Amino acid sequence: MAAVTPTVRPASRFEPALMRRKLSGTVFYGACLAAIGLLLLTLVALLVDVFVRAAPWLDVEFLTGVPSSRPARAGILPAMVGTFEIGLIVGALTFPIGVAAAIYLAEYASDSRLNRLLQTNISNLAGVPSIIYGILGLAVFVRLLALGPTILSAALTLSLLILPVVIIASIEALKAVPQAQREGAYALGASRWQVVRRSVLPAAAPGIMTGIILAMARAIGEAAPLILIGAFTFVTFLPNPIEGQYTVLPIQIYGWATRPQADFQGISAAAIVVVLGLMLVLNGLALVVRARLSRHIQW
Amino acid sequence: MTSQLAEPPPLEAVDDRPAPAIRITAMTDREGAARASESEPVIELDGVSCWYGSFRAVRDVDISIEKQRITALIGPSGCGKSTLIRTMNRMNDLVPSYRTEGRVTFEGQDLYARGVDPVAVRRRVGMVFQKPNPFPKSVYDNVAFGPRINGYRGDMDELVERSLRRAALWDDVKDKLGQSGMALSGGQQQRLCIARTIAVNPEVILMDEPCSALDPRSTLQIEDLMAELKRDYTIVIVTHNMQQAARASDTTIFMTMGDDRAGYVVERGETTQIFTNPKHRLTEDYVSGRFG
Repeated sequence: MAAVTPTVRPASRFEPALMRRKLSGTVFYGACLAAIGLLLLTLVALLVDVFVRAAPWLDVEFLTGVPSSRPARAGILPAMVGTFEIGLIVGALTFPIGVAAAIYLAEYASDSRLNRLLQTNISNLAGVPSIIYGILGLAVFVRLLALGPTILSAALTLSLLILPVVIIASIEALKAVPQAQREGAYALGASRWQVVRRSVLPAAAPGIMTGIILAMARAIGEAAPLILIGAFTFVTFLPNPIEGQYTVLPIQIYGWATRPQADFQGISAAAIVVVLGLMLVLNGLALVVRARLSRHIQW
Repeated sequence: MTSQLAEPPPLEAVDDRPAPAIRITAMTDREGAARASESEPVIELDGVSCWYGSFRAVRDVDISIEKQRITALIGPSGCGKSTLIRTMNRMNDLVPSYRTEGRVTFEGQDLYARGVDPVAVRRRVGMVFQKPNPFPKSVYDNVAFGPRINGYRGDMDELVERSLRRAALWDDVKDKLGQSGMALSGGQQQRLCIARTIAVNPEVILMDEPCSALDPRSTLQIEDLMAELKRDYTIVIVTHNMQQAARASDTTIFMTMGDDRAGYVVERGETTQIFTNPKHRLTEDYVSGRFG
């Protein structure tokens, strides 16, 4: 190493410009910080605003009451139950169907042109405006299958709406499992299903469940397609899933928020807090499922 | 790599350890060479060519793998060693465009015959991979995975312990069976993969460059283990490391690549013969480090 005769070096053609490189790094870091700061600020501002407006109205009476033309007596229970029922049905439908479709596309189907076309189309479906799904739901579920403007129709429509999202997220999660994991299981004499069930699926479960949580949040927050397929804003009884009128939280919020009286704005804010709470509950459920699916997984 | 290697080189790299690390003479018994002709073949390849789509990766291979011996596959990168070893447990079936030509027999049975289930083949011909790939599960569950999927009905605790002992890993992990296999060191992970493989009691263990991701000390532990395991198992090992082939194997198969980029077998022989007295010029160039 310690050469005695130094080699003659050609004149340096490097221009390190250390200061400039460091500066551009600092600028980028600052931009990232500003972006996240802006987001957090918006979120906090929204939450604080909603909670402040909602606080006077949030009580047991509000949670257990039914809508009324007098804000002071209005309650949220029918909408809450409607959203909860829809959430359960949507989850029960999209979880098995979406994951199974993703497993088929990622693990079973050969990498053909048809398969790629299918996946591209599913991605496109995920970007179709929800009102379009409302029209589809109206035509197919409400009219053609004669399910009527019921919770079931709404749940089926919303399931169609979020299935592409669930499938895409699940495919990504499955593809992220290293091929070496599959080979390891195959080399021990596992069948394809055993490889999927015991090796790939547990490893992909966190990613899949994250996709489902996001999709469920979207389904629960949707109002547009449900307006089209006949959700009501004024329902004073608890909805039956397969017949009769129903409402859901976003529609209830929409109905109240569009009224001129200030008090209705207040209960509208209170309903928003309830939506947030319900979303937390459903996400909690998804976390439990995730924990069960991957309970033996230790990365 | 410079010319050397008629003898396995001394291993200065691991000089800070007590005796077993330094082994000038090969660990496999050279007297075994005398028995060579008596040894019966377990796996035989007869006119085997391997195709990926229209590309022939390996052509016209006729070799046999003998029982309870360690057979090393050596040769330059890209000559199809891994492809060839993967024909022996039908792992290549997982590659969509792949197909095998010729006959591969395992104990006389054609592995690619109609009605042969690759799933059943792979339990009897196990495989250890280049990069340790333990499952993201506990050490215990890693070893128990194979027996469980294959419907093992015996005492699982006992089988797990026996497999881990057999893989010389028990003392390292007996107090952390519940911890993730991923948390072990690289060498331990690879021994865990070996334990996992022997837990389903295969007859043959294929090792595809099992030490290429390991440090010299872990490499020697794996080689010791192989010498130990060959009493019960037939081992085929692909290696880039000629010293490893010289140290650890009984039989060596040298492959190289033709102008058509298809790999083929140049020479198969006793390891001592391949390294000291190769019959082919190509083999000599390779084992003496002039090529590859």
